[in-house]
Amino acid sequence: MVRYSVEEEYKGMIDAYHKAGGDRRVLKSKDVAKLVVHENKVLANDGIKGLKIDTEETASGVSVNFTVEKGAKIERPVHLCFGLLPKEGLQEIIMKVDAQDDSEVSVVAHCIFPNAVRVIHKMDADINIGNNARFDYKETHYHGEDGGIEVIPKARVKVGKGGVWQSTFALSQGLVGRLDYDFEVFCQEKAVAELVVKAYGRGSDDIKILEKIYLEGKGARGMAKSRLVLSDKARAEVRGETYGNAPYARGHVDCMELVNGTEAVAVAIPIVSVTVDTAKVTHEAAIGSIDRKQVETLMARGLDENEAVDVIVRGILK
Amino acid sequence: MLVVENLQLKLNGNSIINGLDLHVGKGEIHGILGENGTGKTTIANLIMGTNNYRSTGGRIIFEGEDISKLSVSERAKRGITLAWQEPARVEGLTVRDYLSLSSKKGQSDRIERYLLMVGMEPAQYMDRDIDATLSGGERKRIEMASVLAMHPKLAILDEPDSGIDIVALPLLLNGIMEMNRQGSSVLLITHSERVTEVAHRVSILCAGKIISTGAPLETSQWFKNNCLTCPHINEPAY
Repeated sequence: MVRYSVEEEYKGMIDAYHKAGGDRRVLKSKDVAKLVVHENKVLANDGIKGLKIDTEETASGVSVNFTVEKGAKIERPVHLCFGLLPKEGLQEIIMKVDAQDDSEVSVVAHCIFPNAVRVIHKMDADINIGNNARFDYKETHYHGEDGGIEVIPKARVKVGKGGVWQSTFALSQGLVGRLDYDFEVFCQEKAVAELVVKAYGRGSDDIKILEKIYLEGKGARGMAKSRLVLSDKARAEVRGETYGNAPYARGHVDCMELVNGTEAVAVAIPIVSVTVDTAKVTHEAAIGSIDRKQVETLMARGLDENEAVDVIVRGILK
Repeated sequence: MLVVENLQLKLNGNSIINGLDLHVGKGEIHGILGENGTGKTTIANLIMGTNNYRSTGGRIIFEGEDISKLSVSERAKRGITLAWQEPARVEGLTVRDYLSLSSKKGQSDRIERYLLMVGMEPAQYMDRDIDATLSGGERKRIEMASVLAMHPKLAILDEPDSGIDIVALPLLLNGIMEMNRQGSSVLLITHSERVTEVAHRVSILCAGKIISTGAPLETSQWFKNNCLTCPHINEPAY
């Protein structure tokens, strides 16, 4: 296996991030809080007032304690960058997040695997959002075209009274490989949870999505949303589950899967459950081909059919 | 510019278009007036090639070329476009994206003015998605702005006034005239005599056939006197 020096690894990660469309100045800037991890090495860890990132390298990855202090409002997004440059390897991220009461932070995570042929990337997160705290989390993956990667993100999120958890997981650059996404969120009184997953499956990609929201406190709200586009022989199964277990809880499951071609397979399994008569949970699930009228609308402006489909797909996954 | 000769369409054994002849000159706004079910939208689809409609007889000649067998994209690249009666909504596509991809190369910095032409404030709309959050009337005006941005040789406007309130209608008509000032010919398909006021000539459609062509006022009056009271639905008595 090819080995890299720390400098090479850092440069390689930044270059790969840049090639995937990211702004390399962000990862180089001293004013931006960030954590850069290659394989099991911490290459950069720049905190900021109100935010502590403690790390410990393990045999197969990194253990991270991410603490946003009580009342801290982190103005600029915090960047997390995880990745593996070699073709083979395992990266396991153990993440503990403690967003304390009344804190606010936005986190942008980039997961970069440009050369993966046989790579496993696992994340196991235990996340606690305090009362009236707000946590926005966007995770974007950049994969190569070999598709030799398994991505297994799992998170258990507790959102305190009046807290807000919003997460978006996007995987639309490069082949997905195998994705097994499993997030569950527990909302207390008047807490809000929004889970969004967007993925573009091609080749023989295999995608499994499980989004679960438990509305446990009075007036809690939650939405589990997924947008998938599948081409070639890609397969996807999306389970969106929302449980309204408290008075005036409101939940919604929204799944849309578009199948482009005749060999891709899409399955949607929404589960909605209510155990209190004043709670309400709704769902909508749509599986189908790309709308012909949308395609023709763009073709009538001069786009070729493939260009029109590409614009529609990019819009759905934006 | 556009010559339609003896155009015919049969669907499931039913004649929808019955030997339709139509001429639209360069720089002309040509109105087509017809009641519901006379074949107005079908003509739009046949000329644009949309909705999988292909004529079962006759020819569609655009600038001397028979375009009957061309794809929608190929027709658009020759300068024809269509504004749908009920325009599609595309999740994640902003008004800015839509107008930019419609506009000619090198003019994407001027797209805001096309929204202004149809009475929409760019700051309020440019970054909105073309999705269900827009009203039907807003979506129609954005469709008109995208046609303006394209500077087509021939714009087919299918019922551009449907879903438009009386306040916005003059803006829409102004947009059609502006389109024409930019050099576009316009095929204006409608059931409203008011809309055909901006046309140079108007044809009346009945049962998939043009039964009369003339000046807007006279033809609209004829439509009002004869078609609106005609008991021969899709069976022309003239």
